[in-house]
Amino acid sequence: MIEFIQQLINGLSLGAIYALIALGYTMVYGVLRFINFAHGDVFMIGAFAGMYIAPQVLKLSNGNPSWTVMIIVLLAAMIICAFLGIVIEKLAYRPLRNRPRLTVLITAIGVSLFLENFGQYAFGVDPQSFPDLIGDHAITLPAWFGPLTDLTIMVSQVLVGVVTVVLLIALRFIVTKTKLGTAMRALSVNPLATSLMGVNNDVVISFTFGLGSALAGAAGILISIQQPSIDPLMGLQPGIKAFVAAVLGGIGNIPGAAVGGILLGVIETLVVGYSDRLHIPSGYRDAVAFFLLILILLFKPTGLFGRAQREKV
Amino acid sequence: MLERNKIILLASLVVIFAASRFSSRIDPYYYQIILFAGINVILATSLNLVNGYTGQFSLGHAGFMSVGAYTAGMFTTYASGAWLGALKPLGAFASNSLFFAIALCLGGLAAGLTGLVVGIPSLRLKGDYLAIVTLGFGEIIKVVIENVDTLGGSRGLSVPLGYTNLFWVYAMAAVTIYVIVSLVNSTYGRGFLTVRDDEIAAEAMGINTTKYKVLAFTVAAFFAGIAGGLYAHLTQFINPEGFNFLKSVDIVTMVILGGMGSTGGVVFAAIVLTILPEWLRWLSERPFLPHWLAGLLENRMIPYSLLLILLMLLRPQGLFGGIHFKRKHA
Repeated sequence: MIEFIQQLINGLSLGAIYALIALGYTMVYGVLRFINFAHGDVFMIGAFAGMYIAPQVLKLSNGNPSWTVMIIVLLAAMIICAFLGIVIEKLAYRPLRNRPRLTVLITAIGVSLFLENFGQYAFGVDPQSFPDLIGDHAITLPAWFGPLTDLTIMVSQVLVGVVTVVLLIALRFIVTKTKLGTAMRALSVNPLATSLMGVNNDVVISFTFGLGSALAGAAGILISIQQPSIDPLMGLQPGIKAFVAAVLGGIGNIPGAAVGGILLGVIETLVVGYSDRLHIPSGYRDAVAFFLLILILLFKPTGLFGRAQREKV
Repeated sequence: MLERNKIILLASLVVIFAASRFSSRIDPYYYQIILFAGINVILATSLNLVNGYTGQFSLGHAGFMSVGAYTAGMFTTYASGAWLGALKPLGAFASNSLFFAIALCLGGLAAGLTGLVVGIPSLRLKGDYLAIVTLGFGEIIKVVIENVDTLGGSRGLSVPLGYTNLFWVYAMAAVTIYVIVSLVNSTYGRGFLTVRDDEIAAEAMGINTTKYKVLAFTVAAFFAGIAGGLYAHLTQFINPEGFNFLKSVDIVTMVILGGMGSTGGVVFAAIVLTILPEWLRWLSERPFLPHWLAGLLENRMIPYSLLLILLMLLRPQGLFGGIHFKRKHA
């Protein structure tokens, strides 16, 4: 039982990362109906931005890691990624707005390859270590937790949970309570109608890219705090898995992406954690998400919360 | 029309055979590039059947290539004793050739079968979903190979028999082009094109769109398997990382640059994109280039990805897309 709870905690902290990335996929899909393949690489840029900013911030705090340092680095990486996302949309996707979706998909693959390989050129191919921002260590639970004191809970895992919840609440507020958020939701229902209602679609799309990319940037910092080794290809696998999470939750559905991400993180961790008993070699870790994706698309392509759309001739 | 194509095929096979007699005079470095270009021609023209003519977007071609490479490689490695012994009366040249032909066929069949199994469920999906699912299957094939110990796992598999030579590569390329051109100009070809141009209309006309999609997918996978077999017996060492997502993107880039649905253009693009990285490497070693530019050129994927983006922005139909040679009516 303790082992199960431990796996669950590990799964939740991984799932939170997937959820944050998946939100970007799902929001962009909502407004533009295409898969932003480069989204996983924005996540990678977020991690590298953090790596370059962190020493400067740590210098200000005399080299003492703290939550304040972490929050400053997190916000800086989010701003940089938001800017990057807006620029990518403007340069690569906007000129293709009315072209076939496949053209945009291929462009997105091109952007993704460019970011990965330019990253290898600019940051170097080898993995680099991410500075410790919070002084990560295992939390000792007080004795009244009983058998639960055997659990290994890292400070970074708590932090990932807290930051993710805060970001999700903020996102919920932006999407449901602000004018831009309302415009974003309206755009995903009918872009023509919103432009007739006086909404500037280009601004809303830029905003969506910025918002999604900022969340990916935050995820980049959060994963680097847990696994402090980053490299230019680190966005590839989480990117594709977050996409699976978005499909699992029903692509285009914002709460769905969050639930899908957390669910995928938990499933993946459990399958790997119990691989001995399930007779699956743990090397199949990366295949779990794809297997799940194929099952969803075959049996419930709309995902858990998605609505089916009838095809019109 | 068909007769003419057959004559062209036979003539080109004769020319390839004659040319292969002189292959020992070619510099080994250039020889290697020429062979890789041929293998890429097979991969790109076969993928063009799916992505170009049938309008389905597959991102998992490298997966099928790896199935062919491993099947053919395992066959020649472990069955050579028994088979070469049995074929001995034919003489060394004929028995080796026949043995390799069987290995390539087995590789192609295994890949084709995988294509069929993957294609039937996934071709119900469209557009970007299909792209992601084929990507997923490609990755699953890779992960499976990585975890099967008899295939060498992630360490890779060495294939001791280096059968691949100029004749085999270009003969197979000629056969691939012949089969695909014939297929596209047949009744089946009309089926592929209708599926691409308007799937709903095709269905309304009573065309079994799934049948055509799966057929295109299976044929393409078969030739990818052949290319994989040739590749395995050329490099004599294969590992699962060599057939990853990026390899699939490489092949897709060839198809897109050449122009989806233009066989000639795709052949041209496959050759250009094989030579281009070598040329870029040569260029990056020139002393007159500033250091930063040399670094940019060395990683071939940087110019590749920019090429892909610019192509989509400026000429999404590819270099030769949209040009169709008219078929003569009898």
